[in-house]
Amino acid sequence: MDQILFNLGLLAEYPVVNLKIIIDGVMIGALFALAAYGLALVWGVMNVKNLAQGDFVIAGGYVAWWGAQQGMHPLLGVPAAFILMWGLGWVVYKLLITRVIERDLFTSLLATFGLAIMMAQIMNLMFGSDTQSINLGYETLYFADGLIDVPIAKLIGVCMAAGLAAGVITFMKYSRMGQAIRATAQDSRAARVMGIDTEKVYAFTFSLNSAICGAAGAIIVMVWVIQPFYGITYSVRAFVIVTAAGLGNLPGVITAGLGIGAAEQYGSHIFGIGYQQAIAVILLLLVLVWRLSQQRKNRQVLK
Amino acid sequence: MELRKLALSVTATAALALSASAAQAASHACEELHLGAAISLTGKYATNGIHAQNGYDYAIKKIDEAGGVKVDGKCYNFKVTYYDDESKGDRGATLAERLINQDGVQYMLGPYSSGLTKAIAPVTEKYGIPMVEAEGASRSLFNKGYKYLFAVLSTSEQYLASAITLAAEQATKNGGSPSDVKVAIAVENDPFSLDIRAGVLEDAKKLGMKVVIDEKLPRDLSDMTAILTKVKLVKPDVLIVSGHSKGAATAVRQIGEQKISVPMVAITHCEAADVTGNFGDFAESILCSTQWAETLTYEDPIFGTAANYETEFKATYPEYAEKKVPYQTAQASAAVYVFKDAFERAGTLDKDAVRDAIAATDLKTFYGDIRFSEAGNNVAKPMVLRQIQGGEYNVVAPSAFASHELVWPRN
Amino acid sequence: MSKTLFYIILGIITVIAPFAFPAFQTQLATLWLMIIVAQSWDMTGGQMGYNSLGNIFFYGTGMYVAAVVTIGLVYPVGEYTGAAGGGIYTFTPDEYFLGMALSIPAAGIFCALCAFIIGYVTFGLRGPYFAIGTLGVAIAGGEMVSNWDWIGGGQGISMPSYPYNFDQFKTVIYFLYAILGIALFFFCRWLYQTRFGAAINAIRDDEGKAEAMGIHTMRYKLIAWAISAFFVGAAGAISAFQLIHFEPLETAYQTINLGIFMVVCVLLGGKGTLWGPVIGAVMFHVFKELTWNYFLGWQWVALGALIVVVVVFFQDGLMGYLKYKRPEWFGIAVDTKEAKV
Repeated sequence: MDQILFNLGLLAEYPVVNLKIIIDGVMIGALFALAAYGLALVWGVMNVKNLAQGDFVIAGGYVAWWGAQQGMHPLLGVPAAFILMWGLGWVVYKLLITRVIERDLFTSLLATFGLAIMMAQIMNLMFGSDTQSINLGYETLYFADGLIDVPIAKLIGVCMAAGLAAGVITFMKYSRMGQAIRATAQDSRAARVMGIDTEKVYAFTFSLNSAICGAAGAIIVMVWVIQPFYGITYSVRAFVIVTAAGLGNLPGVITAGLGIGAAEQYGSHIFGIGYQQAIAVILLLLVLVWRLSQQRKNRQVLK
Repeated sequence: MELRKLALSVTATAALALSASAAQAASHACEELHLGAAISLTGKYATNGIHAQNGYDYAIKKIDEAGGVKVDGKCYNFKVTYYDDESKGDRGATLAERLINQDGVQYMLGPYSSGLTKAIAPVTEKYGIPMVEAEGASRSLFNKGYKYLFAVLSTSEQYLASAITLAAEQATKNGGSPSDVKVAIAVENDPFSLDIRAGVLEDAKKLGMKVVIDEKLPRDLSDMTAILTKVKLVKPDVLIVSGHSKGAATAVRQIGEQKISVPMVAITHCEAADVTGNFGDFAESILCSTQWAETLTYEDPIFGTAANYETEFKATYPEYAEKKVPYQTAQASAAVYVFKDAFERAGTLDKDAVRDAIAATDLKTFYGDIRFSEAGNNVAKPMVLRQIQGGEYNVVAPSAFASHELVWPRN
Repeated sequence: MSKTLFYIILGIITVIAPFAFPAFQTQLATLWLMIIVAQSWDMTGGQMGYNSLGNIFFYGTGMYVAAVVTIGLVYPVGEYTGAAGGGIYTFTPDEYFLGMALSIPAAGIFCALCAFIIGYVTFGLRGPYFAIGTLGVAIAGGEMVSNWDWIGGGQGISMPSYPYNFDQFKTVIYFLYAILGIALFFFCRWLYQTRFGAAINAIRDDEGKAEAMGIHTMRYKLIAWAISAFFVGAAGAISAFQLIHFEPLETAYQTINLGIFMVVCVLLGGKGTLWGPVIGAVMFHVFKELTWNYFLGWQWVALGALIVVVVVFFQDGLMGYLKYKRPEWFGIAVDTKEAKV
């Protein structure tokens, strides 16, 4: 309790720290938002709840890391991860996901959970269980007497995340495929009747999701660290965000992503960093309860 | 019918191959002496679990080459049955039982981490199986009255306590008093790191220091900016971080990025996380606690000097060529050596005789002197504190071993 | 008649097994644990259609309740857990067995109460939201416990060890699990034939209609989950005695291990059947032990592949397959004429 008061006191004493916490939170939140956006796509379009989301992120990170070990420029790791993970996503779709689309809700959760533990273990066997990161060696910018620090690597990462998000949004809005995806999400049967090859749309959506996650992972490995078993952290965050924002609500996903990033940073500042995971999960529960209470007014339930 | 024939011929070939390999083993002249170990090959301790396993295997190989273990005129080679405990205590305990009951193992090597050792020790104790462990340092292992548990390493409250002593010395040197020193602690929420914290808190209290930050790191740690921001505001004089390899990696990187200017930063597992190789300048003048350093002047007939151990180990395991051989590996090898020594002194394979021989160990090894207390921990070997100076690990404390002066304050 | 004989034979096997295979006692005990958690998961998951991923919460809570009750009877808990370095705490055999006798039911009852409270909130959620919500409860529970110093925090907590011989201890643990498992089995067998069983089946088939028929769905859901929580909590308490030392995240609230395994067991055997969870637990346990022995390093890959294959291709499990192939075994009359057409 004393510690919490002390921490709150620090915030009041150095108001600029609030800014710092928000900046840090937004930076990590941007990457959560990417993973969550992919999840929202897959969930919305083909009703698959992908618990392996975080493991795609980590796999993308390892692609970039491995590339950097081979002497590739680290920034090239992001497109490389995007492309390779696109391929992996397609393979996973053809082998597994296509078989769970029409099935009940629980099937996809468990099947992708199985996939998640396989992926984590295969990465462990391939790359070892050390924590890995890429050191870009760029400078760090300092503001407000050094209280706020913005490593340029982080800045580049966030810009790439924003660029990627913008690209995906434009694509979804204006391209033929993007329109087909949105049509399928609204009503897959109607879309099929209208001559859309939904099987192709599904394969494309899942590969796109995997590629987005991969790129996010490639950014994460430049800024934070990865480890084969860290996937679950990102999966949990992605589910929190999508549950909070609802499906098919892109601005909502981005806001929720940034918000959760900031809330986690605040929480770990006030309660202690040991509560980081707990804070994310409790936020998820609060969101669920809140949405439930909204629905109870109309005697409905969250399906 | 065809299928059955095929199956038969396959079995026959397999049997042939088996007998061939058995023949080969026999020609080696030495019999096998079975050890068992549950070790973390997956899960959160996997990095260090593998370091430990390599240490065991290397020692076994060296002992083989030196003519094996000679018990009562017969010669034996160690053979270890490994299982993966997944860094989970309940799994470790089950596997220990399986090793003892189903695989008939009579002597155990320890798992990685205090938590796992805590889970396995009650099992080995109940069966009266001697376990020499090299990776469980928590003090709470040695107050349970275990008779069959022996640890070659120093207990964990000693890991960073000498950093506190150093900070006090510096404060006095600069005309202050130790009670002015402010301490910040960030340790992982696991038995080993909590024990380090307990040791630091004890010493800080004795010297009247003030603990300004005392936080626990989560197990999936990838970001500790929240703590480091606080460190920036509170400006402690010593920062203590412990969280196995990932804690060391995250701390070093983010301390560098955030330009945390604490005069003294002390962490554990520097070598295992290879902080100098991964983060270069960021790691400069960080203090690292270590159970063993290759620059120390220890020596034994099997492994040679400490420095010799380092070079030969690197030659056997090329993946370590670019980094320091972590002490986790060295102490694992030392544990195997303790077994060899005890078997030879006992002159029998009877496990209680071997247990008594282990208890009476008084051994000089490349890893340091080994002599067990009544409780089973090694009391003959001190912890050392090294500082990263110009990319090199130089011993700065305790003064009896120090080869270099402490650089203070850091940057 | 033949059914009674079948149960008697199974009963005899249960009693003899630990003595016939003394080296495998702990694995057999773990098998019973798997059967208990799978069977109790099936009560809500299979019979009622609520797929919880958070039942492991009750397992972990049961372990900690057992520890707190057993230790609290003799020493102040905070002092016991706080003494990381010094202090030796001993328990007399009487204290140990009293603790055991009290704490196993206490853990069950406490978990049942927890189920009422948590269920009141989470049963408003359906389908994947229910699964995610309960998973969230389990993760949050583990995180909170690991930050709670009074019960040891991340250090975990040590139970007193068995006062007598170790082989006897393992037999005791085996029979505690076995008794709980058999009680659960026959309880389920009876329960599913009552009105209560019909009501929870109705909830699974169509909750809206069930409610319209005048079934208090919320009441039934809460009671079913509380019963399931009671058994998981009691099993957790026995595990606490079995493991002696345990810690919160990896052992007690092991969300991605036992928490998911129990679901896989049920799917493997067949959801919503009485024997499905039992058979599934046996199959899963054997598979797991084999891969852990012979696929060292790859065991998790094998396990992940098993989960994927089971979930995708054999979702009805072994019992579902049998029901399809041999419906007459299940008392389902098949009109062969129609089948031919």
